[in-house]
Amino acid sequence: MILTVNGTAQTTAAAPGQCLRTLLRDLGCFGVKKGCDAGDCGACTVLLDGTAVHSCLVPAYRAEGHDITTIEGLQAHPLQRQFIDAQGFQCGFCTAGMIVTASALTQAQRTDLPRAMKGNLCRCTGYRAIADAIAGIPHVGQHSRNAAAPDAAEIVSGTARFTLDVTTPGLLHMRLLRSPHPHARIRRIDRTAALAIPGVVAIFTHEDAPTHLYSTARHEDARTDPDDTRLLDDTVRFIGQRVAAIVADTVATADAACQALHIDYETLPAVFDPAEAIRPGAPILHHKPGSRIPDPTRNIVGRIQARHGDPETAFAQAPHAEEITVEVQRLQHAALETHACIATVENDRLTVRSSTQVPFLVRRALGTLLDLPTDRIRVLAERVGGGFGGKQEMLVEDICAFAAWHLRRPVQLELTRTEQFATTTTRHPMRVTAKAAARADGTLIALSLTVLANAGAYGNHSAAVLENACGPALAQYRCPNKQVDATAAYTNTVPAGAFRGYGLSQTLFAMEQAIDALARALGIDPFEMRRLNAVRPGDPLLGAHPAPDDVQFGSYGLDQCLNLVEHALAEHPTPPPGPDWQTGQGMAMTMIETSPPGGHYGESQITLAQDGRFDLRVGTAEFGNGTSTVHRQVAAELLGTTPDRIRLHRSDTDLVAHDTGAYGSTGVVVAVRATERAARALHEKIATQGPLPGLTAIRKADAAPRSLAFNVHAVRLAVNPGTGEIRILRSIHAADAGRVLNPMQCRGQIEGGVAQALGATLHEVLHIDHGTVTNPAFRNYHIPAWPDVPATEIHFADTHDAHGPLGAKSMSESPFNPVAAALANALTDATGLRFTHPPFTADRVWAQLALPITAQPHLNLVDDTDQPALYAAPCSR
Amino acid sequence: MDLTSIQSVAHPRARKDLPRWAPEAAFVAGGTWLFSEPQPHLNRLVDLTALDWPALERSPGGLSIAATCTIAELEALEAPPDWPAAHLIGACCNALQGSFKICNAATVGGNVCLALPAAPMLALTAALDGVALVWTPDGTERRIPMADFARGAQRTALAPGEVLRAIDLPISALRRRAALRQASLTTMGRSAALLIATTGTDGFTLTITASTTRPIQARWPEPKPETIDAFITAIPPDLWFDDPHGTPAWRRHMTRRLAAELVQELA
Repeated sequence: MILTVNGTAQTTAAAPGQCLRTLLRDLGCFGVKKGCDAGDCGACTVLLDGTAVHSCLVPAYRAEGHDITTIEGLQAHPLQRQFIDAQGFQCGFCTAGMIVTASALTQAQRTDLPRAMKGNLCRCTGYRAIADAIAGIPHVGQHSRNAAAPDAAEIVSGTARFTLDVTTPGLLHMRLLRSPHPHARIRRIDRTAALAIPGVVAIFTHEDAPTHLYSTARHEDARTDPDDTRLLDDTVRFIGQRVAAIVADTVATADAACQALHIDYETLPAVFDPAEAIRPGAPILHHKPGSRIPDPTRNIVGRIQARHGDPETAFAQAPHAEEITVEVQRLQHAALETHACIATVENDRLTVRSSTQVPFLVRRALGTLLDLPTDRIRVLAERVGGGFGGKQEMLVEDICAFAAWHLRRPVQLELTRTEQFATTTTRHPMRVTAKAAARADGTLIALSLTVLANAGAYGNHSAAVLENACGPALAQYRCPNKQVDATAAYTNTVPAGAFRGYGLSQTLFAMEQAIDALARALGIDPFEMRRLNAVRPGDPLLGAHPAPDDVQFGSYGLDQCLNLVEHALAEHPTPPPGPDWQTGQGMAMTMIETSPPGGHYGESQITLAQDGRFDLRVGTAEFGNGTSTVHRQVAAELLGTTPDRIRLHRSDTDLVAHDTGAYGSTGVVVAVRATERAARALHEKIATQGPLPGLTAIRKADAAPRSLAFNVHAVRLAVNPGTGEIRILRSIHAADAGRVLNPMQCRGQIEGGVAQALGATLHEVLHIDHGTVTNPAFRNYHIPAWPDVPATEIHFADTHDAHGPLGAKSMSESPFNPVAAALANALTDATGLRFTHPPFTADRVWAQLALPITAQPHLNLVDDTDQPALYAAPCSR
Repeated sequence: MDLTSIQSVAHPRARKDLPRWAPEAAFVAGGTWLFSEPQPHLNRLVDLTALDWPALERSPGGLSIAATCTIAELEALEAPPDWPAAHLIGACCNALQGSFKICNAATVGGNVCLALPAAPMLALTAALDGVALVWTPDGTERRIPMADFARGAQRTALAPGEVLRAIDLPISALRRRAALRQASLTTMGRSAALLIATTGTDGFTLTITASTTRPIQARWPEPKPETIDAFITAIPPDLWFDDPHGTPAWRRHMTRRLAAELVQELA
């Protein structure tokens, strides 16, 4: 058939069930992205005879004789400049779809952007930056600290290459057959019918897989996570676990072979609730000696018990104590680019192009799995379409590389959105009890945390998540008596993994409500309560270990954050939407360590090139965290030039010796510190030797000493008891990010974190029924769309960190952490009730408000009678 | 998404060209749902758009909407001023969870034949006394009142092989006064309850959709709040829809609340 693409007539053939998006990508229009493949996200938007459509839903044959315009065809459209100038993107995966959609809006539609743009999802920004881009409000300045992202021009023109935006001759495609059972042994596999299908190249099952055990979680120290996973196992432990990998000439052939592959299972008893999983007699998931599982006989994969002082006595004698038990739900990262990779073998060397936050750690794991020295493996990530912790895992690279290495042919594996939701890692669901006791003047005397985390079927990050969940949540308060009792348990559900906040958002949701309840019971303002009790420089940091933490106060901005938010909240007391609404306000704080424990390393190499520019090679990855911008900016500042004269090469194991990767909020404090050192060293060389082309400096950096960053969030909201609906009236955030290297970008990062947290608090939940994920699509797992996200006011503390590069601190995960608790505290302020089971959708809020008082959780109606409570009784309804 | 099991697509240009129905074949109009989920049980598509039905036909008797009329085409209709109920058209198009780009491709027929409880075109056409014109495989036609078209969540009154040709809205319904209420867990999201009330010489009609597995319609000579509330509370429990977009209890509560608002608005 003939169609016109961006003004050029193209002759091509469409498969009968093909959608327009794949046809356009086959024609080289890689700016047309596959985000959801279901018409929900808008990343594939194109113009069909000038009309905007989701190209994933358009039958390709319908394009015959029509004009298609993709992002590549919108040359020099003013919106493209505007998206650069406002930096209306972070990872950039959604940007082409945003621009194409915005280009098609009528004047009337532009007056109601939330409605017009509700079919374009962005997981990174929170939409404010995109709104500014469409409105033409610029923020970038070449000579200001708001340096532009290095890939901006490519992102807005659709030419920035994400993982699968390349043409690979002879490419084979892999599809995975997945377990329909939550727990089963594979008795027999019959490949006959599947292998008979023309085009099927290979089928891999546990019969072909090495017996080597590893963890899909990736850490600098591989011993952090339990070795409980086999490439393909003879036992499946969750619905969706891969059973077989089929490699074929096309995805369609591989799909057909999946249908034709016969697996005979012997089903085994399954357990879904972590409390049941740790009881005697529960089905045991893993019998694997040497796997570093703390207690396999009880399904315990993570365990922390620690105490400081004498918490029992302190609680027993405390005049005031509050206890809150919460149940925090499972979330999906929902990065717009699904897990995907292409593995190729050339000259006996394996190359894996992947959507990963940790290329060097993937290389190391592949070396062990395939028994190859690491110099025969190259892993690279050109640009990653969102991570949020989900890509600190090796979920596709292992099997794809294994197949490519054995076949000596290029193989691609791209997870569908359904697979992404139903089979990849999630945030850990947690049951958390926080208890806080204080004297009458508000001074904390005892804190405790009891945690039960659902690890899912494989351990992954569970033990480390548990550490980070408990440590900072306890350490952020100065208090002599503390205790923690935390467990992570295997269950026959999709594994949990690293997720923005790394456990802390769950525990803070309980701890910050307990502190709030205590403050209310004592009649103390919640900001004052934090001023009174939060750690200050000089205090020991007592968290989840018997000894104080190794972290140092390189700077301290919590006091400023509290003041900034408190003052902002006091201004503009926004009225409720109507007489039926009750209003309330609440706040919460978070402290994070600026890098994870256990070591984190970065390396940068900078060279003065022949053309007078600089080539900067870094190992770390860019997935919307914005560190690429900061690398260039810091190098430029120290070399006395402008960022556009720094050419950045990144996230490729061939560039530098080693880099731990982009996780644990280390993008600036570790990776950029290496760049800072390299740039200073090169500057010195140039000063002494002159500007000789080829002059190079290579410097490493590690995470020590680790510092502390703080965030404070406050919400003012209205709730309608008649409907359960919540409206955010004010959302205010203050961040102690040290010296803010790029305010535009840091603001975007915080807005995105807050938006993701609002989604986590108000809408998002991955539903699981007997091990089956029942809402594996964006239309049923509602991430914040444009109409959902209120404006958040961002404030920065004025601090300069003694340890961070140029005084900077981390600011990527932490804005997420305090939001849910702040919102819950505001709900309590509005209603007099405690809300402990997010998300706070209208149906749940209404149901709780309709419960009789006696059935309400956490209403301490007896003890508070002689206290000047901030609200005397639950509000009338 | 690519429907990898599809082997062929038929493009009938006239009714006589429609292929014999088979369970492995599916009719496609806009394709916005069909291409949004894997369809491994299908191997053939029958594209109805090749039949080239005029999208909208106005007559003294009312409005005829072709099954293949896109939601955007319907939304763009300029209704005459003596159709006070026509404002429901824009409101129902806006009630779609999908974006305006979905409206550009999705069809009225596809929306009602998918028969999701939240389908706003079901609400619109049922509330406006729409009647479906259906082509039967034996070459004849039959008519189904739109209030009876959906039999449950994603179940319709269509027999295998039947094709929805058009939906006719009578002028009498378009001349009624009308009001709409929507509840959703998210701003501009999927409807958890979508209620339409109309009033005219023939009484007060309430159409309940989205909160129930299928549209429920009732007509009273006079809108008495207690009677209507009693009617809603008597709806059998299994008809209240349960999915991630709202619990049955809340949908029932919101239905009562929104119905009371509608009674008040049209009083």
